[in-house]
This record gives sequence, structure tokens and C-alpha cells, in this order.
Amino acid sequence: MGLFSARSFSGGVHPSDSKSLTNKKPIEKLPLPARVIIPLQQHIGAPSKSIVEKGTQVRVGDPLSESAGFVSVPVHATISGTVGKIEKRPHPLGLNSLSVVIDGDGEDTWNPDIGYQKDYLELDPKEMIDRIRNAGLAGMGGATFPTHVKLSPPADKPIDTLILNGVECEPYLTSDHRLMLEEPKKILLGMQIILRILNAKVGAIGIENNKPDAIETFRRVISELNLPFKVFSLHVKYPQGAEKQLIKAVVDRTVPAGKLPMDVGAVVQNVGTAAAVYDAVAYKRPLVERVVTVTGNGINEPKNVLARIGTSYSDVFEYCGGLCEDVGKIIMGGPMMGLAQSSLDVPVIKGTSGLLLLNEKESRRRQETTCISCARCIDVCPMGLMPKMLGAFVKHNQFDDAQAYHVLDCIECGSCSYVCPAYINLVHLIRFGKSEVIKKRKKAS
Amino acid sequence: MDKKFIISSSPHIADHESVTKIMYSVTASLIPAGIAAVYFFGLRALWVMLISIASAIIGEALAQKIMKRPVTISDGSALLTGLLLAFNVSADVPLWMPAVGSLFAIIVGKQVFGGLGYNPMNPALLGRAFLLASWPTHMTVFSGAVPRGGTVSGIDIITGATPLNVLKQSKEILTHASEYSITQVTQAHDAVGKLYDSFGHLFTGQVGGCLGETSVIALLLGAAFLMYKRYIGWKIPFSYIGTVALLSWVFGGTEGLFSGNIIFHIFSGGLILGAFFMATDMVTSPVTFKGRIYFGIGCGIITVVIRQIGGYPEGVSYSILLMNLLTPVLDRWTKPKVFGGDKKS
Repeated sequence: MGLFSARSFSGGVHPSDSKSLTNKKPIEKLPLPARVIIPLQQHIGAPSKSIVEKGTQVRVGDPLSESAGFVSVPVHATISGTVGKIEKRPHPLGLNSLSVVIDGDGEDTWNPDIGYQKDYLELDPKEMIDRIRNAGLAGMGGATFPTHVKLSPPADKPIDTLILNGVECEPYLTSDHRLMLEEPKKILLGMQIILRILNAKVGAIGIENNKPDAIETFRRVISELNLPFKVFSLHVKYPQGAEKQLIKAVVDRTVPAGKLPMDVGAVVQNVGTAAAVYDAVAYKRPLVERVVTVTGNGINEPKNVLARIGTSYSDVFEYCGGLCEDVGKIIMGGPMMGLAQSSLDVPVIKGTSGLLLLNEKESRRRQETTCISCARCIDVCPMGLMPKMLGAFVKHNQFDDAQAYHVLDCIECGSCSYVCPAYINLVHLIRFGKSEVIKKRKKAS
Repeated sequence: MDKKFIISSSPHIADHESVTKIMYSVTASLIPAGIAAVYFFGLRALWVMLISIASAIIGEALAQKIMKRPVTISDGSALLTGLLLAFNVSADVPLWMPAVGSLFAIIVGKQVFGGLGYNPMNPALLGRAFLLASWPTHMTVFSGAVPRGGTVSGIDIITGATPLNVLKQSKEILTHASEYSITQVTQAHDAVGKLYDSFGHLFTGQVGGCLGETSVIALLLGAAFLMYKRYIGWKIPFSYIGTVALLSWVFGGTEGLFSGNIIFHIFSGGLILGAFFMATDMVTSPVTFKGRIYFGIGCGIITVVIRQIGGYPEGVSYSILLMNLLTPVLDRWTKPKVFGGDKKS
């Protein structure tokens, strides 16, 4: 209602951040897994097409597939060894998905083309984008939208501002936080590259003020490298890491409903993606590993680990002291938007920012009661929607009404469900409503 | 590993609120006013409250059993309705009255519409309206319940009538002075003067009225707790009381326009109880920011109209009931602005 502070957005919730389990723990390199499972689709868009077959010898960084279309990126071998089966395997996003299995040789032999190129900043922006695409980059905050697409805005949408997302507003997760503390230079140099590609003038970094060490580190390294970037300290509030909310908080621009950040001249990238951009452009190094926060009361030794993509959950958990006896739920991502997992044979993928283990007590769901119109969902909705109404419409199959109440503007942050005293899973109903509205729309056209 | 994991959609955490917690908190916030009622009106007030609460809970259980719905008396909502109904009758009513009122409130006011969350109007106020229409004498004569250490009117020269009643009668005499004797006019003038000096009694609750509405200090204590817990917001009570204050100042005085005594009007006639505890009922009030403001303003206008022009000296309960009916319309008119959306949605 216009009363929010300059460095935040309206609405939102304040869950306990639960980050102290891992925020002081340095990133540990996970031992090389004996086998990796690499799904051909780890990004939003068309699945990539396999270019290897059973028996192919691969080194770390060798491409396993080629992108199918513009909104698609390849995947790479993340250990050296032999391609085993190429078959459907359980995928973190649900169902089974075509995946390449690699049996490791324990050598960790890398593709020799990967190496530092001193004059990388002199490269043509087109070449930079190609390298980013060939490295298989997809947004590492969890949404996994192909990075090169976001960096190729149409000519009529000039970008003047790049915002780096160091908010990490999901409770429990600390992978971005640790990366910011341990690899600030890499992130900032990646940011410099992105700025050059976009030909943008302003570089801003948004970090919530529950990470004062990260804010301090960035300010120091920025002045050391003499870069023109600015760090914005933001009030802690969920979902500040959502693109539109972050843009509002940092540069006070409002992305119109149904439009994209580029419509207000802004591009948002996650800090992990920026580090990967640096590796991709300066080293031609594909995305083969990422930082994963393994945390919660259901794991014996919560840690931040650097895991090769394709490492199975069971390998990750074994390194972290194993699961607790009373573990109830495995969540890929944070507790607000993460996905519950059914199996330990599922691999870490490019979007796996964390693995959260809740114990049985924490996993218990409460019985839904009737809505008493307390309006807490409306007060917290960062998109200005009326979740209570949307939920009621969807329950009664009134999808036209749901559309009239802007169901498609929902960003599925889950704040409404989080605050509901009647335990109605509003965002769940809304997701279903969105899919029905989109289905209807497709049918009509 | 054969372990089965729980699969459910996000979010996987929730804050610690529940409908039950809200209901019991609101009930708890009324305890100071309940204690004040027993202190000022005697143990009789306690009996009225207990009978009202028991009837509400039994009525809810019976209705749900008959309608083959799950019995939800432990959620605290029937308890709250029963208590609020008791707050809306005099301490000296026959003891069957709170029972009848509560049963009506729960069965006709709530369960007939589908139970908690589906009732269009505040059940306790509907119960009160039913009693007022059926047994008006019992509901409007407060002379039998004299507060400890005070009088029903709050002043010593008049007994039997509530402060707002005294004001209404005095105003009638003063505005039509030629039709009354000099003694009457002088008395009325005195009465108004004394009324305006009797804020202390209004504040503590040493005046006549419904048993839970009189002690302003006890009610404000409970309201502060609810606001601190964020179970009620500022929008409805403040816009309601603000409107009553403004309009009473303009029209509520005995010496023409702009002579009304604001504090007297705010502290009397159950406005504090109504504005903080009844108008804010979540189920029957709007859910939007602007809707709540308009709702409060509407309640304020109707209250003052009834007080100044209508047949009753108080107007709080009818104003809230009438605005309850407008709640769905207000919600539709005041949909919040979508992030990045046009001004009108």
C-alpha cells in the first residue's frame, strides 16, 4: 500500500530463517561419486538430445548432448569414465526422465580444452553468449531458465541494469551465502562479463541483511577490483528473491503484470549463475558441479557441499553423516518452494540449491478447516492477489472467475499457504487453477 | 533403503497460527471486561455469561449432530459467540434469555448457513437483534442492574436510564425547550453538564448497560492485546470510531451543530465493544484494505444516524449487522491492485 520501506516490496512473510545450521560451514568438496546420473533435461525448455551412446568414453566437461532449439542447453559429463545406460530414471522434478548414466574410472580426467584465457574480456559478446550456452548454463537459483536466453533480449528492449540476486530468501539454504563468502571475485568477474554482454550501465547486487558478512565481503572486493557495482542491503523478507520483487526492492521499478524484467530494462541473475558465467567465458568450463546445502533436522551432519551434477542423493547424504532415524521428508530446494522427493536414487541437478531433510514431526500436515476470511493471505500476497478467493474458485471449478481474479499472476511463492490459520494449501489450489486456465486458453486458440 | 518419504506440495513449513488459537485468543481478550462485569453487576453477570456460553456450545453440537456434520465445538468459535452474546444483554435479564439468544445465534445465525466461515452476519449480534425484537423491555430497560459504586446513568441526579438515553431525552427537551416546563429544561441542562463530567464512570464501567459493554478500560486492554497479536487490525475500529467521533461532534450536541462531546459518544453505548470485537469479526467483515475502511465508515454513519434520529439510543449492533450484509459487495469493489497491474482490476 505504498507504506513499505524503500528497500523492500509490499506483502511477504517472515519465516524463521533456520540458516544457522549451515551458514558458518565452509563449502566441502564431495568425494567423486562412482557413478553419476545426468538427466538430459535440467532446464526449462526443450530437453537436449543425447550425442553419446553406451560405451562412449568421456572426460569431465565433454558434452553428452546438444541443445534442441533456442530455449535449451546441453548437459556434460561430470566425471570421467564410460557411458553406461541411457534410460529413463527418476527425476527431481517428478516422473522419470531420459538420463545418461556414467560409470566413473576414478581418474577425474578433464577435457583439455578447458583452461584460462587471459583476454576473455576482449571476446565478442556473441562469442561470450555461445560459450555460456555451450557450457550448459541454466539459472542456478532453482528456476533453471537457460542463461543465454535471458542474456539475449530483443533489440527493442535495451537493458540498463543488471541485478545480481544474492538474497537467498528461502529459509535453511546457505549455498549462495557460502559462495558469496568464498568466491566473491568469481561472482563479480562473472557479473562484469554479463554487464558487457548486455551493454548495461548499472550493476547492482541485492543481499538481505541477515548476511552482513557477505555484504561486507562484496563491498570490500568491489573496491579492490575497482568495479562500478553497488551492493544493496535489503530487509529480510520472503519472497524477496523473486525477480519482480527484487527489482522493486533494489531499483524501485515495477514490472507490469504479464511482462518480463526486460520490459523495465532489467535482468536478474543469481550469484551462482554469475560465478558459472565466469567459468564458462574465461575457462570454457561447462557447468559440472554446484554448491548444495544439505540441511535440516533429518540429516546427521548438515553441510554445504560442492557436488558434481548427477551425484545421487544417497551419495550426498552418506557424506553428511547419513539420514536421521526419524527423517520424514526430503525436499529439493527450500521449504517454501522446494519439491518433496520420493527416492534417494535421484541425482543432484543444475537447479539443486539445497537438499532439506525434515523429520517426521516437521513433515506432518495439519487437517484443513474452513476459511474464516481472516485475510492474512491477502495481506501477505506479494503480487496483490486474493488467494482466499482464488482457492475458493478453484475448489468449485470456477476457472473463469479465477482468471478474472488474476490467477495467472501468481508466482507460487507459497506465502498464502504459509500464513493460513485454516491450513488450506492455497498455492496448491492456485497452481492447479493456473494449469486449468492455461489449458483452456490453449484449447481456445 | 525401504524408507517411505512423505510427498506433499510446497510450502513445507507454516507459521504457528490456527483458527482455534485465534478464537481462544479473542475469548481471552474479553476476560478483563468479563471480570469488570462481575465486579460491577455482581455474580448474576457470571451466571448470564456461563448460561450463554453453555447454550452456544450445546446448540452448536446439537445442530451439527442433526445436520450430520463433524462436531467442531472445540474450535472455540461457539464459546466466543456465547460470550459475546452475554456481553450484549443486561445482567438482570431472566436467565432463559441468554440461553434463547445463544441458541438463535448459533443455529439460525451460523449453522443454518453452513457453520463457521459461512455465516453472513455476526451470530452474536443476530442473537441480540432477535432478543431485542422479541423482548424489547428486557433488552432496553437497565434500571435493574445498578453498577457497584455508581448509577445506571453514571450521574447522581438521574437513575434508571443509561447515559446515551439520558442524553437523548435531554436533547429532545433542550431542542424543543418551548414545549417543556422551565424545571424540565433546567434539569435537562444540568443532566447534560453532569454527563459530560462523568467520563471517569464511563471509563471504568460504573454505568448501566449491557454487561460487557460498559467498562471501556477493560475492553481497551483486551483490544490492545488483540492488536498486538495482529488478530485485529486498526482499519475497522479506527475508521469506525473516527467516523462516530466526527459525526457526533457535528450532530451529537445539545447546542446545535459542532457542539457534540466526542469522548462521551465514543465511550458510551457499546461502541468500544462493537468497534474492536464485533465489527472486526473476520468472517463477516471485508478482507481488503479499502473494504475495511469503508466498512468502518459505514458502521460509523449508521450508528450516528440511529443514535441521533432513530428510535434507539444505541446504534452499534444494527449498524454492524447492516454493514455485514454489504461485506461481499465491498470486497468486490475494493479488490487490491495486482502487482504491476492497471489501477482498476
